[in-house]
Amino acid sequence: MRHLMSPLDFSVEEQERLLDLAADIEKNPAKYAHACDGKVLATLFYEPSTRTRLSFESAMIHLGGQVLGFSSAASSSASKGESVSDTIRMISCYADICAMRHPKEGAPMVATAVSSIPVINAGDGGHQHPTQTLTDLMTIRSLKGRLNHLTIGLCGDLKFGRTVHSLIKALVRYDDISFVCISPEELRLPDYIREDVLEANGKSYQEVERLEDVIGNLDLLYMTRVQRERFFNEEDYVRLKDFYILDKKKMKLAKSDMLVLHPLPRVNEISVEVDNDPRAAYFKQVQYGVYVRMALILTLLEVTV
Amino acid sequence: MAKSVLNVGRISEGFVLDHIQAGKSMEIYKYLNLDKLDCTVAIIKNARSAKMGVKDIMKIECPIDYIDLDVLGFIDHNITVNIVKDDEVVEKSTLTLPKEIRNIVKCKNPRCITSIEQELDQVFILTDPRKEVYRCKYCEEKYKRK
Repeated sequence: MRHLMSPLDFSVEEQERLLDLAADIEKNPAKYAHACDGKVLATLFYEPSTRTRLSFESAMIHLGGQVLGFSSAASSSASKGESVSDTIRMISCYADICAMRHPKEGAPMVATAVSSIPVINAGDGGHQHPTQTLTDLMTIRSLKGRLNHLTIGLCGDLKFGRTVHSLIKALVRYDDISFVCISPEELRLPDYIREDVLEANGKSYQEVERLEDVIGNLDLLYMTRVQRERFFNEEDYVRLKDFYILDKKKMKLAKSDMLVLHPLPRVNEISVEVDNDPRAAYFKQVQYGVYVRMALILTLLEVTV
Repeated sequence: MAKSVLNVGRISEGFVLDHIQAGKSMEIYKYLNLDKLDCTVAIIKNARSAKMGVKDIMKIECPIDYIDLDVLGFIDHNITVNIVKDDEVVEKSTLTLPKEIRNIVKCKNPRCITSIEQELDQVFILTDPRKEVYRCKYCEEKYKRK
């Protein structure tokens, strides 16, 4: 039995197979419509999330399976003080696979120690968000046709932005990838990503503050939201939340085929005037997210179609 | 005037820890939980050393299975460990950085699951042997040495 905690849990070959499967699901959805008949997915969301939870639920329903779960800690036994380990032992009796989001980092890993069903990390604090990474990889591969030879701009909250950390870990395994990290000093990449991932893999990266200075060099711009829930201090959040706003003026400086990705939800870091730009890929990402989660559920449940 | 000499008696079974970085012996005392063991401990601080200038030395009289050498490797892998049995040094142990340490240090990341689930083991993994970096198994926060 396998779990998914980090994007590195799959080898590059396994990841490519998963993305191939997701691409096949996109082309032939009817072929997979009953692949998970009789199976149950539990969505254990200790932290509010619309997109990720609904994406998982949509994925399981499109595979013919059923879904149960909770959408906040307040509506689970966690509010009574139940540990993650006890909750997962109980859920293992109800479901065949589970997706867990938790505000505390490492909570899904705690679950894997006692779980008898595959556990998918659906986001743990500011740490990892591997299914968003698979979504991002599928979006890039589908729209760019490759996952190598790319200059990737990462913009906004690079400190707490778990989607960024997961994406970097996944992409350092491909050739000729360089990163341009665009953030205020306070929200730069944490040292473990810089040292253990970028430097350890010999990837080139630069850290800059101004998006305008570098946008013209990018094949891909990954925007992120400054997340209020990651700050202990409201003042810091207010000071940093509007640091970057991508608008038409900045898009004019970018390459004609640069993609704009965003894990969503956005607040105001991408102006709505960019939505109709053909380079804006953030809503297509949402659809790819369902296909890739379908592929992941099939893979972890070892269901072949 | 006669020079005063500090005499610390021989031990018949236990450990002599030599070449401890000066000032680190109390830290070792704490990590080895020696305050909780009913054994004789001698700590010599700032002893002269040809190799190190000054060093600390510890003598611990206890059964030799009482001490977890992995912990010592984490604290300072340059320490020389002499294992004494029946009044003789039976082994000089070389320490290495342990790949994993359990319940020795605590994760200080307030966002880590260990901050709310107190019964969890505190596990740190050696992620970079060259830089001697340990990270929390759960949240990957780096352990910052004092």
